[in-house]
Amino acid sequence: MSKSIVSTEVAANARGSAWWIDQVARILVLLGGISAIVFVLAIFGFVAKEGLGYMLGDLDLVEFFTSPEWRPTAMEPNHGILALLVGTASVTGLAMLIAVPFSIGAAIFIGEFATGKTREILKVLVELLAAIPSVVWGFIGLSIMNPLIIEVFDVPVGLNVLNAGVILGLMAAPIMTTIAEDALKAVPDGYREAAEALGATRWQVIFKVVLPSAKKGLVAAVLLGVGRGFGETMAVLMATGHSVNLPTSPFDSVRAMTATIAAELGETAHGSDHYKVLFAIGITLFFITFVINMAADIFVRGGLKMSGKNS
Amino acid sequence: MKIMLFGTRADREVREDTSLEGQSNFWGLHQDKTLQIKMKFNTALAALLLPIVILSCGKAEGRAKMIQNKGSDTLVNVAQAWSENYREVNPSVAIVVGGGGSGTGISAMINGTVDIANASRSMKESELAAARANGIDPIEWIVGYDALAVYVHADNPIESISLEQLASIYGEHGEATTWSELGIKIPGLNDDKIVRVSRQNNSGTYAYFRDTVLGKEGKYKLGTLDMHGSKDVVDLCEKTPGAIGYSGLAYATDHVRLVPVLDSNGKPVIPTVATAADRTYPIARPLFMYTAGQPEGDIKLYLDWILSEEGQRIILNKGYAPVIDIK
Repeated sequence: MSKSIVSTEVAANARGSAWWIDQVARILVLLGGISAIVFVLAIFGFVAKEGLGYMLGDLDLVEFFTSPEWRPTAMEPNHGILALLVGTASVTGLAMLIAVPFSIGAAIFIGEFATGKTREILKVLVELLAAIPSVVWGFIGLSIMNPLIIEVFDVPVGLNVLNAGVILGLMAAPIMTTIAEDALKAVPDGYREAAEALGATRWQVIFKVVLPSAKKGLVAAVLLGVGRGFGETMAVLMATGHSVNLPTSPFDSVRAMTATIAAELGETAHGSDHYKVLFAIGITLFFITFVINMAADIFVRGGLKMSGKNS
Repeated sequence: MKIMLFGTRADREVREDTSLEGQSNFWGLHQDKTLQIKMKFNTALAALLLPIVILSCGKAEGRAKMIQNKGSDTLVNVAQAWSENYREVNPSVAIVVGGGGSGTGISAMINGTVDIANASRSMKESELAAARANGIDPIEWIVGYDALAVYVHADNPIESISLEQLASIYGEHGEATTWSELGIKIPGLNDDKIVRVSRQNNSGTYAYFRDTVLGKEGKYKLGTLDMHGSKDVVDLCEKTPGAIGYSGLAYATDHVRLVPVLDSNGKPVIPTVATAADRTYPIARPLFMYTAGQPEGDIKLYLDWILSEEGQRIILNKGYAPVIDIK
């Protein structure tokens, strides 16, 4: 009893301006902290509200995922997104083929070889590459890559998987380089020193010790690049040719899911089937990127745990 | 709740400000709809832009009236020219013109966010029903005619093309995939695959071409390059030797070829303003404006001016056929 009276007095005495500032700061930080959760839930709720009911109800899911026919405004509309899925996957796949060697190589050079000024300049330039807006990349694809591909490969049209893959690869490389470099940096110096003490050459140190130890972080870097590729819209809209097509070669034009939503959503009547099916594509994309990010996250956490245990 | 995270406050301010300026009709028309229907991603943008709109109203001491006009990409240049010229006729009315395609204009009309929607196809029954369900009764006005020209690369020697050939190139069951199948040899081109250039699927041009060339129930063959504007189609045809595309006549440049289309008697007809006006060109189409109900006040005056000789001379200068005879 007497104890509680004392503590209330102490609390009352403490409620000066510092106490209030402390409370306000706490609430602000709390709001900031949970805002991400609120936004994600709100966005998910909104997308689900617009499309999920239709997706699980009226939409023929078998047609949706297995038919390449996408003609949402025809008299008898076709709502198949197979071609769009394949389009997105093929562009992202090619982009990764291009970006992974470049970015891992760049990360190894920046992290293991470059020193002093070279390293600083390279890091700044890589970050600068990440800052180029995607519409500028799309414009490069449209006006530089298109005639170049027609000229070099003698193909009828230069807006295709190759064009978009190169553009997307260049866009994804900087973020992958940065994360891969962090992963290499997380490898304890003791490992390198131990390997060198055993007489390993520099290349042997990197290839046999550093890269295997940083494997999980590197996989996470690649997965984040893949996520970037799936989500990219403007550049692929401009560089793919925006053509519903199951590609058989890198010179075929394709269409991406994101680009389809971007090109069509603004112009459909609210509540129409076309509108809802676009949201269903959005849900599909959301699910894919969620799985990819989740996988990247699990890899990163796994990687951290490993190095924590070892050090 | 949804996106009102970004929109509510600005929207509310707009409502208060405009009602003070006695424009509740203009904004009131779609205020409630804004809350219910309109704008998912646009809301944040609108929230940024609306205060600017209010400011510009404020400058004219709240007297400047605005007419929202958007839709067909085919008509957007003409609509822009009308809007600019009308400023001299009646400076107190500002016409805000936007493109995006007929589908954009029509869905904006259904959602109640425009006063006049431009369209290069007529509204479908389902769209009319959707508009009526929202308490809007769209009225159709023909404001001109357009020849839908068939564009090819400047090096393409094709002399004329029939509607059947177009259907065989573009249609779902059409068989033509290479130029040699049509008996055409394009100089300097080894892979003579036909690069089919089309429009995004809510464009009025897309729908009109489908209905006219492929039939109302017809479908496009997959694998067309779907461009997002009339000009983009012409640009791509200009740069791609194996390309064929369709777009309004007004977008013709010196760097592409317009292919004469065979009429029902097998006679090639060159797309021109004259052949569009007398409908001898087989794929000429009317261009529409839609108003929400019978137009009144400023909107009526604007439409009357568009259909007058002065307005029709402007559409003629832009490369479309007028609805009245102009000497």
